[in-house]
Amino acid sequence: MKKTYKIEVDCANCALKMETAAKKVEGVADAAVSFMTQKMKVEFEEGAEEAAVMQAVLKACKKVESDCEIFL
Amino acid sequence: MTKKQKKILMRIIIAAVLWLAVNLLAETLLPEEAPLAMGIWLPAVLFLISYFVIGYDILRKAVLGILHGEVFDENFLMAVATVGAIALGDFSEGVAVMLFYQIGELFQAVAVGKSRRNIAALMDIRPDYANIEGEDGQLEQVDPDDVEIGTLILVRPGEKVPIDGQVEEGTSTLNTSALTGESAPREIGPGGTVLSGCINMSGLLKIRTTKEFGESTVSKILELVENSSMKKSKCENFITKFARYYTPIVCYSALALAVLPPLLNLLLHNPADWGTWITRALTFLVISCPCALVISIPLSFFAGIGAASANGILVKGSNYLEALAKTGYVVFDKTGTLTEGVFRVTQIETMSGYEPEQVLEYAAHAESFSSHPISKSLTESYGKMPERGRVSDVEEVSGHGVLAMVGGVQVAAGNARLMQRLGIWQAPDLNPAENPADGTIVYVALDGVYAGYILISDVEKATAAEAIRALKASGVKKTVMLTGDSRAVAEQVAARLDIDEVYSELLPGDKVEKVEELLALKRPGERLAFVGDGINDAPVLSRADIGIAMGALGSDAAIEAADIVLMDDNPERIALAMAIARKTLGIVYQNIVFALGVKGICLILGAWGVAGMWIAIFADVGVMVIAVLNAIRCLRVPKK
Repeated sequence: MKKTYKIEVDCANCALKMETAAKKVEGVADAAVSFMTQKMKVEFEEGAEEAAVMQAVLKACKKVESDCEIFL
Repeated sequence: MTKKQKKILMRIIIAAVLWLAVNLLAETLLPEEAPLAMGIWLPAVLFLISYFVIGYDILRKAVLGILHGEVFDENFLMAVATVGAIALGDFSEGVAVMLFYQIGELFQAVAVGKSRRNIAALMDIRPDYANIEGEDGQLEQVDPDDVEIGTLILVRPGEKVPIDGQVEEGTSTLNTSALTGESAPREIGPGGTVLSGCINMSGLLKIRTTKEFGESTVSKILELVENSSMKKSKCENFITKFARYYTPIVCYSALALAVLPPLLNLLLHNPADWGTWITRALTFLVISCPCALVISIPLSFFAGIGAASANGILVKGSNYLEALAKTGYVVFDKTGTLTEGVFRVTQIETMSGYEPEQVLEYAAHAESFSSHPISKSLTESYGKMPERGRVSDVEEVSGHGVLAMVGGVQVAAGNARLMQRLGIWQAPDLNPAENPADGTIVYVALDGVYAGYILISDVEKATAAEAIRALKASGVKKTVMLTGDSRAVAEQVAARLDIDEVYSELLPGDKVEKVEELLALKRPGERLAFVGDGINDAPVLSRADIGIAMGALGSDAAIEAADIVLMDDNPERIALAMAIARKTLGIVYQNIVFALGVKGICLILGAWGVAGMWIAIFADVGVMVIAVLNAIRCLRVPKK
């Protein structure tokens, strides 16, 4: 399953960091962050609980880029 | 400017004023004989205040970064460089570096944000609402997502068509430029199909929806464009990898620069000179910031993709834009790509004193009840709707043609076998040049007398020859045409369009094989593009390095299979797409070479102590600003 989320991030490098962080979260098969469209696309692993995974993604992203925001 | 940006601007102004004031205070107002507390401590405290005003968030992020194991980022570089400068007693310089760094960041954020919005506006075809007529006759605006298939929606002049559908009532002209990049308006009337994303220009239209919003053209296109920046090009991946190694290397080099020379001095019994070398190391750190590349390269690709989509060229990812710039071979499908793919009346020969218009009129009427493509071609060429009331006693003779009474005249329209079967005549032998393999001949007999024939065939697109010429001019080495048609036809078309190589009489499966052969022949670094109409060449589209689907407006299958989608069916757009791709890539390389070059030189100068903090700030902020401005040039479409 794939879902797209609106995000807020200030710089391209920060977006890159979020992407790397999101990819490492358990339950995420793949993630892509577009700084230009301010969107994050997450592909979930089979059977992953979307809400829980996204909370973990948000936490992981906040860790690498304290200013970022994901609108869940 | 956003709230955040305004806040930073305020901080910049406050810190800058304070910084200037303290500098003036320290240099002019305070005499050298001033007491120690006044001469040194007061300015120091004031400098520190302005330092924290301008840099507290950077310091915070740097500390958080270290805590989270993200050590080598630009916040860290800036924090180390400025704290280091202050620790060495260069209060003014420490504040200035932070100040200029923040000014640069703000400028870049504003510029990037602005161009981001510009590009987004170019692609903004998302309709906000659909009008539904409520029970009381009042118009109601609803979310397009909530509209079910088969709902009657109203589109007023000036509004966007929100959902694909069919016109039930009203006539108007549609502006399709948001979809096709084509500015000529399109006439629409009852029965016509309307695609979402078009703008209704003149009359009120009542449209019966045929798709859900999520499946409508506009949604498909938006999805494609929004996803495009997620497929990263090699250049972007290069920068990601580059930054991963670059920042640690620079940090360790800086450390080495700060420590090794003084230690060497100590060994040689010279004064260690720690201050000088640490200052140089800090300068080195400021110069090294990789932001110019990290920002400008994705921005360039995004702007390039934006410029392309404003021209009806949808690029599915930066990687395809990159590949397109390196295209050496372009392989075309013939039918529907270089030719119209629609059969038109190209010739009418008459006998027994009939006028061509008369023959066409009778044939069009006789065929008017048929769903055969030929009947469509005849009607189109006739130019008027056949009056079906004049037609009676229609009899379709399968595999032969049609018999009908039209206005009291017995009309027979069909192939030579029909004529022979009716015993009207022995069909004259047309010489083979006149009997094209990709055409059909409709013979017409009126009241049992042979009246002539109508030749219906596929014609080349008006822009096809120019498109091939433009591709060759832009450096494409070889153009190839693949077709299922006979060799004679294929070679005729290829010769007229000046195509280098032709492979004819291919079955759909053979096309994949041919493309694979061509892929094996090309040199590494060159890319092969396949251009098709997306109807039955999906396997070939996905096999080629770049699959380009044309005339894809409304065809979901083509949009799925292709890497680049041309919304209208003008082959000239391929050369335009290549020009945009080349320009974008050119700008990307300019920025890479420029940023790395300037930084490289400044790093060396900094290490030797020639370049001071001011040059360092230029190498960081200045280079970034120039690179961003350069990247924004990708938005402008190159002229022919």
